[in-house]
Amino acid sequence: MSLNSSVDIKNEFMRSKIGITGIFILLTLIVVSIFTIITIPSETFQDWNNPEKWVSYPKTSVPNWINMFMFEKIPEHKILEPENITDRHDGIFVTSQQFRFNYEFNDFPSDFMYKFNLEYIGSPLVEINVIRPDGLMLELLQTSLPHTKELTVYEQRIFSSDSLIRKNLTMQSQLYEFEINKLNSTDLIFSNKIEREVLNGDYVFMINVYDLESQNKFLDSQLIIGGKAFGAMGTDELRRDLAIGLLWGTPLALFIGISVSIGSVVVGLVYGVYSGYKGKKTDEVMMRFNDVIYALPALPFLIILAVTISNSIFLMIGFLMIFSWVGIAKVSRSMSLQIKTRQYVEAAKIMGQKDSKIIFRHIIPQMLPYVFASVAISVPAAITTEAGLSFLGLGDPSFPTWGQILHDANTYGAAAQGFWWWIIPPGLLIAVTGLAFVFIGNALDTIVNPKLKR
Amino acid sequence: MSLKRYLATRAATMFGVLMITLLLTILLVGSNMDIILKQGVMFQVRAEIIENPSIAESFASPEEFEIFVQNEIDERIKILGLDKPWYSPERVGLTMYKILILDFGNATFLTSDSGSSNVGDILLEKIPRTILLFTTATIIISIIGIFLGAASSNKIGSITDRITSTFAIVSSSFPVWWIGMLMIFLFAFVYQIFPARATPTIDSSDPGYIFSLLYHMTLPLITISLIGFGSWAYLVRNFMVGILQEDYITAKKIMGISKKKIIYKHALKNAAPPIVTVLALSLSGSLGGAIITEAVFDWPGMGRLYFDAIGVMDLPIIIGSTYILTVLFLVSIFIADLLYGYFDPRVRKGN
Repeated sequence: MSLNSSVDIKNEFMRSKIGITGIFILLTLIVVSIFTIITIPSETFQDWNNPEKWVSYPKTSVPNWINMFMFEKIPEHKILEPENITDRHDGIFVTSQQFRFNYEFNDFPSDFMYKFNLEYIGSPLVEINVIRPDGLMLELLQTSLPHTKELTVYEQRIFSSDSLIRKNLTMQSQLYEFEINKLNSTDLIFSNKIEREVLNGDYVFMINVYDLESQNKFLDSQLIIGGKAFGAMGTDELRRDLAIGLLWGTPLALFIGISVSIGSVVVGLVYGVYSGYKGKKTDEVMMRFNDVIYALPALPFLIILAVTISNSIFLMIGFLMIFSWVGIAKVSRSMSLQIKTRQYVEAAKIMGQKDSKIIFRHIIPQMLPYVFASVAISVPAAITTEAGLSFLGLGDPSFPTWGQILHDANTYGAAAQGFWWWIIPPGLLIAVTGLAFVFIGNALDTIVNPKLKR
Repeated sequence: MSLKRYLATRAATMFGVLMITLLLTILLVGSNMDIILKQGVMFQVRAEIIENPSIAESFASPEEFEIFVQNEIDERIKILGLDKPWYSPERVGLTMYKILILDFGNATFLTSDSGSSNVGDILLEKIPRTILLFTTATIIISIIGIFLGAASSNKIGSITDRITSTFAIVSSSFPVWWIGMLMIFLFAFVYQIFPARATPTIDSSDPGYIFSLLYHMTLPLITISLIGFGSWAYLVRNFMVGILQEDYITAKKIMGISKKKIIYKHALKNAAPPIVTVLALSLSGSLGGAIITEAVFDWPGMGRLYFDAIGVMDLPIIIGSTYILTVLFLVSIFIADLLYGYFDPRVRKGN
């Protein structure tokens, strides 16, 4: 090892293309993690396994950017927030809201749903109308809410399959120039007047609430137009937005990988160096113990530990460390055997310095380049092993990791059903994250072992 | 230290490791095992009473009957030694002894294809399948890897070398099971060439079974080989690069021996000890690492069995297969040691 100063190593590293690529990927991942932690509310990951949270999302829909490459545009799933909320009072109290959107796809929406939370007294009448791009106004529904004398909050979901909507549309069948009996309500609303074909353009859904007694108030409402494409990464079988899961997976993977590798390298280093430095019986005993851990089959044991003790992410990190410090301890030992024969170490010993001081001041600093390389090299293994355990369904259910997304994908047979957007991104992220550290580790390794460079 | 002495020490260490593994497994799953065994006794006693209605009729009151049943259960628990806590030395010792003589008992839930619930039978049925898939794959991988590695060490920095190294680094970062999912997506969904599940659909007594098995094996075999050979080639290349820098190789070059001959005849021979060691280790490693891959491809081998057993907490199977996996692993480490000592005399001489 001719390179001892950190400046030398830094300069050498900056010259390695592969190392720079690794650093670049790693920085990107760190930026993504920080972005995720700051901008995405943490409830989203706590609710990852709570199906109620995801009801308004579509089932296994493709990412919506796919439409850029498609001739026939797949309908996007839209979750619309109301606009133009107005209150009027002309004899009766009227509260109204509108949902306006541009429909530009080549297929009918699968369905639609209007969800609202209304605070009211009395017995208001809810009316839903839609104005279509061709100027036609369809009356969809008039329904009265249950009478109440006290201020109540009323929650309701109105589905496109509602028989009242169907009845109202049948009554307006004269507006269409073709037989409408075979069409469902959604298709009718979004269909051309002349034949059964999608009518593209701006649609406005208008909701009016009439009440004789007092002004009502919408607390919360949404109009959901069901489609087959959603979000940047699509959704899974349980309607979860995969983009959120993948984003949360990034800081988690980095956290798991880096803490396992730092932990195990530190333990392995101190253990190996101490064993090599002490020599004799201590070395013998410590190395036999090392052999024992080395010979334990890691994956079966990790599985048993996860099942019997706990699958909490923090304990998992500890379990992974148990099996990953062994190799590092072996190498550190043989390195310290060499270093301890150097004259300055001998001198320090003769001067009567304490063992701990010699180890930490004189031996370990000599091994730092190797230490950094091993930290980088052990990260991918930790990430893949954790992902593997999560893939087997042994992951911590309170955190969405990439391995767990793949576990769900496998459980629902995503590969055999062709849900590529559910399989490719998480695996690619695992691989890219691993690759970043492999690149950095390799670049460092070539500096530490110049023999490989030729 | 003579070779015999060296091997004896290694063997003793290995046996120690085996005992520790066994002990750890028992300690980890012991408390659950205890509950399951006691429940088993209870079910057995109740079942016997239901079969023999006259026993129940001979009691005057239900309370008396319940006391009788309870006594019966307690007595059997005592006979079986289950009255002592599961962590008592006698019971742990007994369990370990039974496992050492390969008596794994009966599985709680899972059975073999032929319907036997004896853990030994189940393992005997699954091990050949795992060996069939993973050993074949390891052999393919190592052959491709050794030749590709030797070829790229021939011309370091050449296109072959760069592609091999890049492929090795990239492929080793991909989890095999994820590539497996992609392969299923590609070759079972997009192009419907291979079946998505690797378990053969025909009965094992059918004469066409072996062909069906081979057909179902193709996709996992391709996947494992595809991901594995890169890192093998890289490893062999690095061994070779080290050896090619040795003085005797330079001497041979000066003697005018062709580079090809040097690589394939002299250098590769000298790279044999580490290569053989890695081969022995990866042969066994493939058995343990197979758990996830077998789960993806639904290959009915040891890994799949282990995974299923964990799912339903079938403890006798968990203990049995952990034991077998450890034994296989240790045996291969031992063989690797043996070969290493055979190839490299420095090890024998206690260096």
